[in-house]
Amino acid sequence: MIRTGRRYLFTTDHRIIGIQYLVLALTSVTIGTLLSLLMRIHLVWPDRVVPFHGPILPEDYLALVTIHGTIMLFFVLTTAPQSGFGNLILPGQIGSRRMAFPVANAVGFWLTAAALLLLLGSTFVQGGSAISGWTAYPPLSAVASAGPGQGAGMDLWLASIAVFCIASTIGAINTLVTIIKLRCEGMTWERLPLTVWGWFTAALLSVIAFSVLLAALLLLFCDRHAGTSFFVPTGDLINGAIHAAGHVGNGSPLLWLHLFWFFGHPEVYIAILPGLGLTSMLLANFSHRRVFAYRTMIATTLLIGFLGILLWGHHMFVAGLNPFAASAFAVSTMAIALPASAKVLSWLATVWRSRPRYTTPMLFSLGFVSLFITGGLTGPVLAQPILDEYLHNTFFVVAHFHLIMAMAAIFGLFAATYYWFPLMTGRMMSETLGRLHFWTTLAGAYATFLPMHLTGLMGEPRHYAQLTGASNAAGHLLAGTLPLNRFITWSAVFLASAQLLFFANLIFTLFRGKTAPPNPWMATTLEWHPALHPKATMAASEEVIVVYRQPCEYQSTAAGELFLPQWSTDEIPDIKPE
Amino acid sequence: MPSTITPISTEPKPRHHVDDHDNGSGRRPPTDKRTGGGGDNDNWGDRSRGNHGPRERLIRYRMGIFFALASDLMFFVAIVSSFFVSQSTGHFNAYNAYVNEWSPTVIPPILWLNTVVLILSSITMEAARRRMFHEVDVMDEWLGLGRPITRRAIPWVAATVVLGTIFLVGQWIAWTQLAMQHVFFLSNPSSHFFYLITGVHGIHLVLGIIGLIAALTGLYVSRSLETRQIMVDCVSWYWHSMGIFWLFLFTLLVFFQ
Amino acid sequence: MTVSIIKRGLYALSLARWRLPFDASAHGPALDHHLLLNLWIILGLAALAHLILLVGLAARRHPEATSWRVEYLPLTALAVLFAFLTIRAERLWAAERYTGADPAALQVQVVGEQFAWYFRYPGTDAIFGVTKPQLIDAGAGNSLGLDPHDSHGVDDIVTSELVLPANREVDLRLNALDVIHGFSVPEMRLKQNAVPGMTIHVHFTPKMPGTYAILCTQVCGLGHYRMNANLRVLLPEQFASWLAEKEKAVQR
Repeated sequence: MIRTGRRYLFTTDHRIIGIQYLVLALTSVTIGTLLSLLMRIHLVWPDRVVPFHGPILPEDYLALVTIHGTIMLFFVLTTAPQSGFGNLILPGQIGSRRMAFPVANAVGFWLTAAALLLLLGSTFVQGGSAISGWTAYPPLSAVASAGPGQGAGMDLWLASIAVFCIASTIGAINTLVTIIKLRCEGMTWERLPLTVWGWFTAALLSVIAFSVLLAALLLLFCDRHAGTSFFVPTGDLINGAIHAAGHVGNGSPLLWLHLFWFFGHPEVYIAILPGLGLTSMLLANFSHRRVFAYRTMIATTLLIGFLGILLWGHHMFVAGLNPFAASAFAVSTMAIALPASAKVLSWLATVWRSRPRYTTPMLFSLGFVSLFITGGLTGPVLAQPILDEYLHNTFFVVAHFHLIMAMAAIFGLFAATYYWFPLMTGRMMSETLGRLHFWTTLAGAYATFLPMHLTGLMGEPRHYAQLTGASNAAGHLLAGTLPLNRFITWSAVFLASAQLLFFANLIFTLFRGKTAPPNPWMATTLEWHPALHPKATMAASEEVIVVYRQPCEYQSTAAGELFLPQWSTDEIPDIKPE
Repeated sequence: MPSTITPISTEPKPRHHVDDHDNGSGRRPPTDKRTGGGGDNDNWGDRSRGNHGPRERLIRYRMGIFFALASDLMFFVAIVSSFFVSQSTGHFNAYNAYVNEWSPTVIPPILWLNTVVLILSSITMEAARRRMFHEVDVMDEWLGLGRPITRRAIPWVAATVVLGTIFLVGQWIAWTQLAMQHVFFLSNPSSHFFYLITGVHGIHLVLGIIGLIAALTGLYVSRSLETRQIMVDCVSWYWHSMGIFWLFLFTLLVFFQ
Repeated sequence: MTVSIIKRGLYALSLARWRLPFDASAHGPALDHHLLLNLWIILGLAALAHLILLVGLAARRHPEATSWRVEYLPLTALAVLFAFLTIRAERLWAAERYTGADPAALQVQVVGEQFAWYFRYPGTDAIFGVTKPQLIDAGAGNSLGLDPHDSHGVDDIVTSELVLPANREVDLRLNALDVIHGFSVPEMRLKQNAVPGMTIHVHFTPKMPGTYAILCTQVCGLGHYRMNANLRVLLPEQFASWLAEKEKAVQR
């Protein structure tokens, strides 16, 4: 028992670390989903009392919002695709047997776990957790008296995210050096699977972005505890006390917005880029086709990464930004719609008239395409400052980023789980349960988030703990959104319940799942190489892995569907599917 | 129009190296050290792990340090941008006039001395690093004929530690000098930045000194020459970068307030 | 029970219960037109993309497409479309934001604090008085910290509802006392954050008389959800009499 404990505590095996990250992400997403259900239920039934807790007070609601956002974005969408599946699968896909810096890898994981504990711990301190949202705008986040939870709760939030920044940077450096230096013989840049290109670009963005957040957090810490005024303006009066007494100077809350969003925008691309690459590969795998315009896909991945650094200002169109700067950011934001559209076109062309096999990973990849289209198309609407003037911080924005992050990226994670489960555990997940999971989740996703566009267009703002109670014009406007909001809440409950199917599938498969054949999906990418299989023999660990061609070499012949894996030495594809 | 602008296949055409053929001069054809000197168009990058050439591990660690430094650079860039923003923002004073109360912090002259000390420490660091890779001694040490590398590098690494510590002591003296003039961290925005910038840089240097001491310990304790080379090399890249960052930060504090 | 939920859901979704809020400002119709244009376009694109996806999945197997036309022609078309939308949007944005308000516009100061909006009119001298945060004392009636020694501030009118005359441009200067607040009037298609330490100007022209909602759209603390106010747009004569009444009250 102690040996097993020590094994998991000090392991530097990339597979185990990957699974550790995935378990962390699974825990986080469960907590985050439960928090969001509490939020939705409170919004439409404000008088409901939560057992063991009592009524949800407005500050509780904002604390729910803050922790929900922080957990989901950092501990689910940055860890699972990049660190979780990255650690698990990346070495396999490039033909290596390890990551570049295994000890640093383990350190990164434990730092992430510590960050999660700090964040969850912030709920239990005096005053509760922070209420300033995951974006922590000062002076609300800079002054402890600005609200409940802005004292110790906010400090713990700061500490948690600072630790997370360091952990992410370490992980990103590891990923980059692995991809650049540990590729096996024959694995040139153009033969890399698009998933690897996604991890590569996301890691580049991580290296650049997280340090800026760390710097911003340091400055915020100084404002909170060292009496500086980087973000707190002179003469700021909060809760009856003029906060500038010790804060001489020219604090600018807008400085935080710039620093934070310089990080915040690449962060959401870090969340989606691996999924974009994976979707291309899975669609090709199950359609038995090459990825359409492979080199263009590589270029668009890099272009999305590069452009993603240049458009942070679109979160600040109405935040006090110079209107000329707003126009500049509008142009760069519109520009990024083009590589994203190129990717969608490639996916559509890859599956066009291909009669694919509708396995669960394929279904989730198709769901990803659908949600990415729907969620992505509202991006250009928000990219225009004049429209953002109406839609900023309404539920229209919430719908946009939830469809793309909460749903499309999560669909990518589900696809990855179903796809790589045989490599993780040697078993195949149940197809029946998987398909049921897919259809219910897809229906739930659209039912929950499509109506949010409508409530946003009606003017419903974000972060409102309650929509009832006011009797003036504002009250009427908000109350008018209630019917749709009730529908959204019911759909959210349905969506969350549908995930129980996933858990059921997981548990069922772990105990009674059928054993997987070595390459069940007829994949051509290198992680399915027999020598890299977790159950491969000892002798196989000495085998030299060589790559001879690009991935996704499929052929339809009279003899049936044939495929040529990257590692196969055969010239003619006479490898029969297993 | 070609039938495909976007070729389906991603196979590159085979690259031709310069020294493909003997050009008839009779002299030894130029060998490219990067390809291992075999002259057969072998490319280290495409080989399997363990066959990437003589400096495989070193290059890997250097690349890790490079990306870590890139990240650190962004950290300093963020702080410096905040500096410039703070310098040019103002606020409305009691008379509703928009004023900018940036009062530049005059740097204590000891900072000039500290800069010289840091540059010297980079010189000693580089001396140590080069001694780690001196080919004749590498061959001797690798073969087990004594430890000329280690013997020659240790004093230089130690000298760097000493100079680094002198720099940090000098920074501390600068802080006390400012404090004696009643310029504290909290005095005004420019002093916020002065203390923050020198403090953050100082913390990085403390980490560097810890790294140096680890390298020194490794020089005594580690049994692999390659490991010793990597330790000193990586610490030296970090140290030089901190020196270069300091030059930029120093210029900022002296000339751009 | 399930049937009634479904019925209620369908009712909620029926388009009759959803519409953009009433459009009461001068720049509003152009904005609405552009917004609806965008929404119809993306609805069409989403439907088209899904159609292509479904048709492609359903159709019989065919060798893979190789023509560059499939990728680059739609991409060019999309680029042109996005450029068109951006240029159109930029024109509207420039018209509203690039230039300041008309010098003859009505000046009103909007101050947001946790958790209420205050509005200040400059009064008969048309100059805002000096305010100091140290003098703020809501209990004594001085919510904005007007300096009693400043003669310009004596005639300032402070209200908790925004009253404006129809068809006259108004220049709002947004201030915040403590944290960032979001000043939003959906029915005027207006939104701008009020940032402490900054004074931000927005201008617009209300057109239709009525009572409209002012909401806070930047999370500012526990009272964020109830930080709202009324915007009343009156006919010019009504506004003049309201203003006169307020000025008299202040003089007393």
